[in-house]
Amino acid sequence: MLQIYLGLALLALGLIVGTLLERRHYRSIRKREHAFVTLPTTSLKLAPDAEHVVRAELAFGSVVISVDYYKRFAASLKKLFGGEIHSYSSLLDRARRESMLRMKENCADCDMLMNLRVETSTISNGGNSRIGSVEVLTYATALWYSNHSQYGRPVDLER
Amino acid sequence: MIITNTETVPGKRLVEHYGLVQGSTIRAKNIGRDFMAGMKNLVGGELKGYTELLQESRDEALSRMVQQAQELGANAVVNVRFSTSSVAAGAAEILCYGTAVCLEEDGSESNTPPPIPEEY
Repeated sequence: MLQIYLGLALLALGLIVGTLLERRHYRSIRKREHAFVTLPTTSLKLAPDAEHVVRAELAFGSVVISVDYYKRFAASLKKLFGGEIHSYSSLLDRARRESMLRMKENCADCDMLMNLRVETSTISNGGNSRIGSVEVLTYATALWYSNHSQYGRPVDLER
Repeated sequence: MIITNTETVPGKRLVEHYGLVQGSTIRAKNIGRDFMAGMKNLVGGELKGYTELLQESRDEALSRMVQQAQELGANAVVNVRFSTSSVAAGAAEILCYGTAVCLEEDGSESNTPPPIPEEY
């Protein structure tokens, strides 16, 4: 009996606190994404206007996000019937967008990001620890253009 | 040292190729971090301890790769790729690999075609 109550309490905790945390995270993601809407980000291998590139550097950002108790329960129910597991897709969506934002924040003054790659891996999978978490790594080449290029930023406009 | 994940560096010419370089590291989390992550796992959200740990091990793998490239006399590593795998419960392996190359500044004279000889 006690175990059932404990399980229900954990479910309620996961549902309430987890949903609140997720909403807060989405709010912060949307706010920060707004700052980078003008930064061109592509998965192309060749840079446009390559002769005016003055600097090229690797930029990366990563995040580890864990699933909450309620989501895991909902997913295990959904697994009986099949179909898309929405609770997990929002988790991965958050992780991808967060890691993308961290990468952009790491090279905030660059003019373009090219050859973007996203990698997803589960850590601590299996074993007795049973911590459901996912790691997303995003990396790209950050480019800085000289003032002669149309992609370059005019000097001291914002800084 | 220039590190990129593209095959060439824009504005630079590739003059020499030294082959594959790589760096890897396997890190485990400690019990304290595991405990905190277990608590956090009830409500979901970011596991900051794990993010930091993976970030540190990625830097370590990257610096090992760069060191290998420096020993070969390269001045850049191109086409860098990362991969993460969990070798055991609570431990993760980070591998990063790339191609060590020697780059040269792309002079403006190489961009213009050679002049046409008089006799043609």
